[in-house]
Amino acid sequence: MSAYVHTPAQPQRRTAGMTATLGRVLGYMFTRYKAACLAVAACILGSSLASVQGVLFTQSLIDDYITPMVQSGSADFTALAAALARVACLYAAGILCAWGYNRIMVNVSQGTMRDLRIQLFAHMESLPIAYFDTHAHGDIMSVYTNDVDTLRQLISQSLPQLLNSAVTIITSLVSMILLDLPLTAITVAMIVLMLLVTTRVAGRSSRYFACQQADLGAVNGYIEEMMDGQKVVKVFCREEESIRDFRALNERLRDSAEKANTFSNITMPLNANLGNISYVLCAVVGAALALNGWGGLTLGTLVSFLTLNKNGTQPVSQVSQQTNSIVMAMAGAKRIFELLDQQPEADAGYVTLVNARRNADGTLAECGERTGLWAWKHPHGDGTVTYTPLAGEITFSDVDFGYTPEKTVLHHISLHAAPGQKIAFVGSTGAGKTTITNLINRFYDIADGKIRYDGININKIKKADLRRSLGIVLQDTHLFTGTVMENIRYGRLDASDDECLAAARLAGADSFIRRLPDGYDTLLTGDGANLSQGQRQLLAIARAAVADPPVLILDEATSSIDTRTEAIVQQGMDALMTGRTSFVIAHRLSTVQNADCILVLEQGRVIEQGTHEELIARKGRYWQLYTGGSVTA
Amino acid sequence: MIKTLLRQVGQYRRDALLAPLFAALEVLMEVLLPFVTAAIIDRGIQAGDMAQVYRYGALMLVLAMLSLCFGVLAGRFSARASAGFACNLRDAMYCSVQAFSFSNIDKFSTAGVVTRMTTDVTNLQNAFQMILRIAVRAPLMLVCSMFLCFFINVCLSLVFLAAIVVLAAALAAIMLRTGRIFEQVFRRYDGLNASVQENVSAIRVVKAFVREEHEDEKFRRAADRLYRLFVKAEGLLALNSPVMMLVVYGSILTLSWLGAHFIVAGGLTTGQLTSLLSYVMSVLMSLMMLSMVFVMITMSAASARRIAEVIDEQPDLAQPARPDRNIPNGTIDFDHVSFSYRHGSGEKTLHDITLHIRSGETVGIVGATGSGKSSLVNLISRLYDADTGRVCVGGKDVSGYDLDILRSQVAVVLQNNVLFTGTILDNLRWGKADATEAECQAACRAACADEFIRRMPQGYHTRIERGGANVSGGQKQRLCIARALLKQSTDPG
Repeated sequence: MSAYVHTPAQPQRRTAGMTATLGRVLGYMFTRYKAACLAVAACILGSSLASVQGVLFTQSLIDDYITPMVQSGSADFTALAAALARVACLYAAGILCAWGYNRIMVNVSQGTMRDLRIQLFAHMESLPIAYFDTHAHGDIMSVYTNDVDTLRQLISQSLPQLLNSAVTIITSLVSMILLDLPLTAITVAMIVLMLLVTTRVAGRSSRYFACQQADLGAVNGYIEEMMDGQKVVKVFCREEESIRDFRALNERLRDSAEKANTFSNITMPLNANLGNISYVLCAVVGAALALNGWGGLTLGTLVSFLTLNKNGTQPVSQVSQQTNSIVMAMAGAKRIFELLDQQPEADAGYVTLVNARRNADGTLAECGERTGLWAWKHPHGDGTVTYTPLAGEITFSDVDFGYTPEKTVLHHISLHAAPGQKIAFVGSTGAGKTTITNLINRFYDIADGKIRYDGININKIKKADLRRSLGIVLQDTHLFTGTVMENIRYGRLDASDDECLAAARLAGADSFIRRLPDGYDTLLTGDGANLSQGQRQLLAIARAAVADPPVLILDEATSSIDTRTEAIVQQGMDALMTGRTSFVIAHRLSTVQNADCILVLEQGRVIEQGTHEELIARKGRYWQLYTGGSVTA
Repeated sequence: MIKTLLRQVGQYRRDALLAPLFAALEVLMEVLLPFVTAAIIDRGIQAGDMAQVYRYGALMLVLAMLSLCFGVLAGRFSARASAGFACNLRDAMYCSVQAFSFSNIDKFSTAGVVTRMTTDVTNLQNAFQMILRIAVRAPLMLVCSMFLCFFINVCLSLVFLAAIVVLAAALAAIMLRTGRIFEQVFRRYDGLNASVQENVSAIRVVKAFVREEHEDEKFRRAADRLYRLFVKAEGLLALNSPVMMLVVYGSILTLSWLGAHFIVAGGLTTGQLTSLLSYVMSVLMSLMMLSMVFVMITMSAASARRIAEVIDEQPDLAQPARPDRNIPNGTIDFDHVSFSYRHGSGEKTLHDITLHIRSGETVGIVGATGSGKSSLVNLISRLYDADTGRVCVGGKDVSGYDLDILRSQVAVVLQNNVLFTGTILDNLRWGKADATEAECQAACRAACADEFIRRMPQGYHTRIERGGANVSGGQKQRLCIARALLKQSTDPG
């Protein structure tokens, strides 16, 4: 259980980091929407000024209009009407300003969110596979959902509110100073007191909010772990223990949530009533001053001042309400920037893949249109360029690799695949079969040794071009939201409908697609959830077929598909492999017998290598596996 | 649904009732305050009577203090009630999930259950607290303020009524229109997130086909569409505060104009006019708050539904009414058993299986991946129910046994080996809670696990990380076998 116990974060360091993050958020927003931000600030100023002048008007309403009229007994309201009209105009301007900043802020906040989302996405797409293999997908998703959302609330609500409050406090203060100095001193003292109390309470509250977040994380982790192992829990009848442990964590979360919310709930009444006390103090002192005629305080001035006093203390409690949303948004912003600060996939390759035409003298020349003939364009240091035809020859020489530098998982791998050959990898789970294929397309870079593609070191080939020359059918098929046709076309975006149909027929997918309700126009959602595993695999084969690559990497599905579909999938794969260099990760030995070379892997080493007949004759590990019947045993 | 959820307030009912009560008392104090303010101005300052100023000042201080106390209490009780409510919700969901059968578990994904128990519960907790504090506060504030306004001056109070009607109508119109757009926005938003999800899980495909730019372009277009919808909806919402200001300012101007006439005619005092002006704010503010509560409730409705779904889910493997707690022997019989993971889908995993295994026999089941080996075994310990046919253990139908008894008598080593956070001993004791260290070691020796455990830095007290991340696949398997062996040794027969 102790894994779930947290220690509260250090408040000081957190504050420093938070200011930096806040600065970055503001900078991000401001550089994009400089004019709009300035307009918003101006409008907020305008609307606050309008509301302050309205308050000041209550002074002149009573002092300059009502009291003289009462005293003189006249009923001439023209002067008042004119004054009201003036105030009305200013109010109208204030309303326009309020609408202006609210409306502009929509564009600023939503625009910033859009830019941020697009940038996040584009950056994410540029990250190396290692990032996705080492980060939980749920965590990556939560950046897009939770973190961007809290940031949106900060930008669209908290920031304008803060600015508004600040302007209101300042304008109220200035007006108060103009009205009466001693009373202003009292008010300022009270505001300082309120701020002190607020920071104390808000500080405790945000500390408990941090605890709550940590406890929530613990509950989250516990549920995830137990859900993943739910079947084991059932088999061992551990339901009661699991509920008991959960209750302990749940109770801790309840406790911190209660404390966090209590403190944040207290701020409002606390501030409001400190405001009331400030009001009483001003009223009593002001009345004493006015009645004794000290400092020239009139009744109207006092009334106005009291209203200003209320107006000036209200924003203080509003500011305190925003502190938690700022703390939470900053935590989210930190995660957003963490993702944006990840190093993108490095690519120092300069050899590119180009369309080529064969000249009369047998040499290759680059050309713009699609010829079906491809060549590697290899610029050299001396300015010359050589063209090598794309053939599909792959060589590994003494390759070592580890996902982390400390732990090598592949040792001294050497192999040679001539163009058109079929190479099969067999071995138990974790022997390194999939890892080898991850190296060919440079999802990961090797630690030592060399991999050559048509005689060129693959580190020199631009990653995009290298990958374009390789077709992949992965073990877990992933499809995209869109029609069946669009999913096939994913292999080559400019493929015509006929080419896609041909690819589907080659893969053996055509017949099932035609039986779908809308045929090729059937919409696939949720990773092709409406298709069976076998059907998804067939689509993946068609997708690779339409790309028409010279080299193929096929990872056979281990997931359960029925034997009939499996046979169809196998036929599809065989059809696709004809005439191409292929690497097959085999889970069933029946599919590799016709391979030109079979490599048997164990713990990251090639322990046997040869054709099916050679390996059977050797009576080694492969023979054991073959007679044992299963590869994964 | 609401009944299911409200039941979860449980032992926090007292707090849930006290919170609005104190909120109401707080409102009463707050509403009285401007009334006293008017008295300070009229009877004290206007009349030049310093004693009255002190008296009403003191009264106001007392009211402020009371209001502070009530406010703090309301805040405390509502925090207690809402945090307790959330805790009970999670508890109810967790217990419900624990009672789920395997097929119930298959229906809700892990991620789905986790979001329901965290994000959705938090949404509901916030909404609940909001309702406790504001749903009472705002209407009461509205009614009290109105009442006091009428008390001060009936004629001027009609201005309020008009203002309230105008504001309510305007707010309702804005909310209705934006509500409809927001529905679209949220659908789009879900779609956008789904496409991120798709890209995260299919990143190998994207990179293998060099489609990064293609996906960027697709995402850019989707993000842009979302942006335009959001701007449309929030652009309308941006009218909220100007409309509010329009009504407030309009009321202030009208009050000033009419108030001046009344004062000159002698029907109103200046102090009363100031109180009226401050009531304008509180009345219209409470209206604004009400509209916020309304939005909050609609937004948390989806979360409430998702939570209720889990709590209300009936485990489809029912404990028999009078469970048989005695398993006579280990014979196993399948009688024309058919089974599918999704009932009625037609994709049968097992077809018409009939087999008889005598007590004490060792039987191997072989077949290709996906041929149904595990499914067959799962039926014996009744992790799933057969669609048709009968599965019997000890000559009696498995559906008649007490589930715990049945499962503790049928030891299972699942193919999917899961270890849990905790020490190796903790994990082994899943098999037998009171196993001594010696028993655990014996089981590990039998499972060929003892040797590698001893080589670990802290031996049997080595911590296993989540999902057994720090042991190899083979070691995991051996630990699981040892765990299952321990379980077997507890069996009486």
